[in-house]
Amino acid sequence: MGMVEAILLTIATAATPLLLAAIGELVSERSGVLNLGVEGMMVMGAVTGFAIAYTTGSPWLGVLAAVVVGALFSLLFGFLTLTLVTNQVATGLALTLLGLGLSGMIGESFIGLPGVKMGAISIPVLSELPLVGRLIFGQDPIFYISIALTAAVTWFLFRSRAGLTMRAVGDSHDSAHALGIKVIWIRYLAVMFGGACAGLAGAYLSLVYTPQWVENMTAGRGWIALALVVFASWRPWRVLAGAYLFGAVSIGQLHAQALGVGIPSQFLSSLPYLATVVVLVLISRNRRLTMMNTPASLGRPFVPDR
Amino acid sequence: MAAESAQDDVVLLDVRGLTKTFGTLKACDNVDLTIARGEIHALLGENGAGKSTFVKMLFGSLEPNSGEIRWKGQPVKVASPGTARQLGIGMVFQHFSLFEALTAAENIALSLDRETPIPSIAAKAQALSHSYGLPLDPYSLVGDLSVGERQRIEIIRCLLQTPELIILDEPTSVLTPQEADKLFETLERLRGEGKSILYISHRLEEVKRLCDRATVLRHGRVVGHCDPRKESAASLARMMVGDEVKAVERPPLSAHASMDVLLEIEGLDRPPATPFSIPLRDINLAVRAGEVIGIAGVAGNGQGEFFEAVSGEATQPSARTIRIRGNEAGRSGITERRLMGAAFVPEERLGHGAAPAMKLSENLLLSRHATDAATFLGRGGVVRTGAVATAAQRINTVMDVRKSGEDPAAAALSGGNLQKFIIGRELDRKPAVMVVNQPTWGVDAGAAARIRQALIELARSGSAVLVISQDLDELFEISDAICVMHNGELSRPVPIAEATFEKVGLLMGGADPGHSAAAGAH
Amino acid sequence: MRIELVKRSQQSALFAAVSPFIAFAITILAGGILFSLLGKAPLNGLYAYFVEPLTEVWSLHELAIKAAPLILIAVGLSICFMSNNWNIGAEGQFVVGAIAGSILPVVFPDFQNPLVLPLMLLMGVAGGAAYAAIPALLKVRFNTNEILSSLMLVYVAQLFLDWLVRGPWRNPEGFNFPETRNFHAYAILPEILPSSGRAHWGFVFAILAALLLWFLVSRTLKGFEIRLLGQSPRAGRFAGFSSARMVLFAFLVAGGLAGLAGISEVSGAIGQLRPTISPGYGFAAIIVAFLGRLNPLGIIAAGLVLALSYLGGEAAQISIGVSDKTVRVFQGLLLFFVLACDTLIHYRVQFVRTPAAEPEPQREQPEAAHGHG
Repeated sequence: MGMVEAILLTIATAATPLLLAAIGELVSERSGVLNLGVEGMMVMGAVTGFAIAYTTGSPWLGVLAAVVVGALFSLLFGFLTLTLVTNQVATGLALTLLGLGLSGMIGESFIGLPGVKMGAISIPVLSELPLVGRLIFGQDPIFYISIALTAAVTWFLFRSRAGLTMRAVGDSHDSAHALGIKVIWIRYLAVMFGGACAGLAGAYLSLVYTPQWVENMTAGRGWIALALVVFASWRPWRVLAGAYLFGAVSIGQLHAQALGVGIPSQFLSSLPYLATVVVLVLISRNRRLTMMNTPASLGRPFVPDR
Repeated sequence: MAAESAQDDVVLLDVRGLTKTFGTLKACDNVDLTIARGEIHALLGENGAGKSTFVKMLFGSLEPNSGEIRWKGQPVKVASPGTARQLGIGMVFQHFSLFEALTAAENIALSLDRETPIPSIAAKAQALSHSYGLPLDPYSLVGDLSVGERQRIEIIRCLLQTPELIILDEPTSVLTPQEADKLFETLERLRGEGKSILYISHRLEEVKRLCDRATVLRHGRVVGHCDPRKESAASLARMMVGDEVKAVERPPLSAHASMDVLLEIEGLDRPPATPFSIPLRDINLAVRAGEVIGIAGVAGNGQGEFFEAVSGEATQPSARTIRIRGNEAGRSGITERRLMGAAFVPEERLGHGAAPAMKLSENLLLSRHATDAATFLGRGGVVRTGAVATAAQRINTVMDVRKSGEDPAAAALSGGNLQKFIIGRELDRKPAVMVVNQPTWGVDAGAAARIRQALIELARSGSAVLVISQDLDELFEISDAICVMHNGELSRPVPIAEATFEKVGLLMGGADPGHSAAAGAH
Repeated sequence: MRIELVKRSQQSALFAAVSPFIAFAITILAGGILFSLLGKAPLNGLYAYFVEPLTEVWSLHELAIKAAPLILIAVGLSICFMSNNWNIGAEGQFVVGAIAGSILPVVFPDFQNPLVLPLMLLMGVAGGAAYAAIPALLKVRFNTNEILSSLMLVYVAQLFLDWLVRGPWRNPEGFNFPETRNFHAYAILPEILPSSGRAHWGFVFAILAALLLWFLVSRTLKGFEIRLLGQSPRAGRFAGFSSARMVLFAFLVAGGLAGLAGISEVSGAIGQLRPTISPGYGFAAIIVAFLGRLNPLGIIAAGLVLALSYLGGEAAQISIGVSDKTVRVFQGLLLFFVLACDTLIHYRVQFVRTPAAEPEPQREQPEAAHGHG
């Protein structure tokens, strides 16, 4: 009984950073901006979160700082791709490389230090319910934020006027511009939201998932988050489902390693990466469907004429 | 003061000295224009005269360099389309500013400045569309709609803002003659309701029929104000072009010509390649040596898909569906079809017919690296740049391509000059079969006349020429017979002697091709 | 204040030539600021980084050793990027090339004759190309995004190498260290000038590959095809070229060269397989490719610059005590500035004061004041 509960709990902790990063990227992509710098923003969030939490002793300050740094870091990407109209793919790569480099330099003095773990919330009575108790009512606060964010983004995109405007910008920036919608301004906001979410996801890694700083500790999760957005055809609840699926794969392989199933640990470790490729193949096989779902101006440069 | 206010009651919009420069180009140079209440005012000019630039400044999507806009007597600064809408200026764009992935109602919601729930927008839009006789389903996805339906959304969207001035940019270029008539009725009704309309067009007949006054632009400058009803089409054309445009000469089909079928299409089907593309169904057509066949049709009825199928950019499962000079070509790619003697000119110049950032000489290589491999390529596929440059120079001279610099990038040329180059690139080969999609789209009158003449001459010299166009005037000018493409199907060719605008227009609107002769007889 | 871009009708030849230099200059400036922030004298730091390694012959050899894989990988990537194929998995192709090339000396250590080295190099090329073929085939066949698939395969390749050197390929006489046996003499890529330093033939391969691809791209129809499909895929199809075949071509070339880089590094510089055989060459090569403006000749120069940053990082750590982690910061910044400066090639950048000033604001005093406010 306890075993199943523990596994489900760890799946949630493995899924939450993926969900956060992917939800942020989803918003950015819905506005038409492909930011391949998720990994870089995430790792910056991880190092910032750890460093601030360690020096102040407050995990919440760490989280806050990570969110701010993630957003600021994405602003760099925004300035290049939106104002200077650089290639989004190349600039996203640059952001990732810079993030990995900077975080390594900043984090050097924090390697091996004991981290500050953000504790779980425990709602009295409810969290003592059998099985689902701790799972639903006894998680860490960011878990609840991630679920709330998914709901909020769904509402925003499909129920609010601002969300409609954002989807319009992602569909055709030229039409939007002709109607007087401030395309670049909206995209800046979307990109910064993506950066903030990635920063939060990074902080989750270094403050909840494994409370410590290790260089490159995101280990490709930012890239997996990017794949999740495609997998989810740009729909928030499907992102959540995908994140939990990947969480399950990662946790499954960890448990398999612990149990010693006779398969080399390296093979098990590569499962999440291989699963990403397989899932991408399955989802993109249907060209028509991919075309229908992809925001039509995703990745396209936009230069307004004034 | 009193006199002025009395005049302000009549004059809705008064523009003085509006100027806009792009780099070194003066797109609009000191343009003056006044529009009275309840007037349909035409803005005339050929492609590139600055009409679109001018109205974009009125609508706030472009910022003028200098000049003044007075609205109801008050100087105003139209900083954004939002400001324009608040003032009461509405716009129907030429290339539509719609979002394909959104519904009609959502599209309308986006241009309303107040937040309104979608269901109430849908209800209002439906009510308005019924009262003007422009049926519209507010919950349909724009991507699934025809161009005519899309224009309806644009018009309804504009009317919902209760504008006092409505700007329409080339609205009939995407309509059948019958749909255009319907639009004119709507516009006349709006005029009756006291609204003013700025009507942009280069089609003289409709301007003469509809408009009260006209302002003519040439090279960004106003060259005259006039009452179009008192002018002849020829005099208006002279004002627009500034010169006598040489009429295209079409010598009669020679009886001695061989009249061999050089391009034959038999039972061509094509399933849709993308969610929004049109399937082609059982298309049959024969084009003979010496003749020009025109294919008319409203945009988005499968012309692009058809062009790709004929050119070999999309191949067919059966080799027999396309025959070029008797060779079965259905399964051959575009290069093999070129080697059989065919040449192709697509609709889109930049990004399809030519690579924008590449030099003209490289763009010559684009379509002719295989057919002229002996001249242009050395051993090991090394490009003989000298030979290519010489050929490019020859084409530029023959077609009178005006450019800056020796060998500029394709994107640096004006639309008309680039099109002359692209057509010339193929003519230079003397192809036996020439397939052209929209030969003079967005091209100035002088270049258009030259291109049309060149196509006729190619045909009369013994080639088969197939021209796809949405410009009926053009097709009537150059074709020996006209077919109509509607919803992925092609009508039987109507010989030019029997073809009328009405007859072709009905086919464009989807009248059963089998009954076309009967309909035309009325 | 607003920044506005005005599209140039023609690319600016001037900025196409100088933009990498501007970017490098800005990076140096940023580096100076970074050193000051770290509490070091900026000039000393920059000297240690970018000048000191060039002052001795042996370190020039080290420069060639580091530049070889960067140039080899980057010229391959330039074919990919030019044709709009985003292969970012060169690091994985490098690793698989190294593994495939090492089969002979590690698994068949007794097979010793002059054929071994050429076979190793060929197997390295084949291994890298085969690994690159996976994302290429997935893209062609299933429309799978090559950016994500090629990157995911990097992690898989690294884990596979880790397993090999800790498991089946571990040196039986190696005291349980995670490494293979040392390559025998026939399996070692020789040095170019053994008397003066360690630089091996990998650098010569790199220069030859760059020259060959430069000729291909700038002089032949194939090069035209690569550029055309990259710039305007639709025009490329209209020209009769196949996007699918180009995807395969670009990935195979890039993968093959990355594989060659991998086996050259292992047999020339390291002499055995270890869990980590690359300090991120596959990713740094992306920067090299862009800094060289995707021109194979430019890439030679850019590869030397990036190689210098690796050496400089090591040197600066020893001489002024800054972490060698600054290397990747420099490299990341450099790519950012390169991309930003490339904007100048296509656009004229204007600074517009908001709200828009009148054409001659100084004529009317109050309005000029307003404009400044």
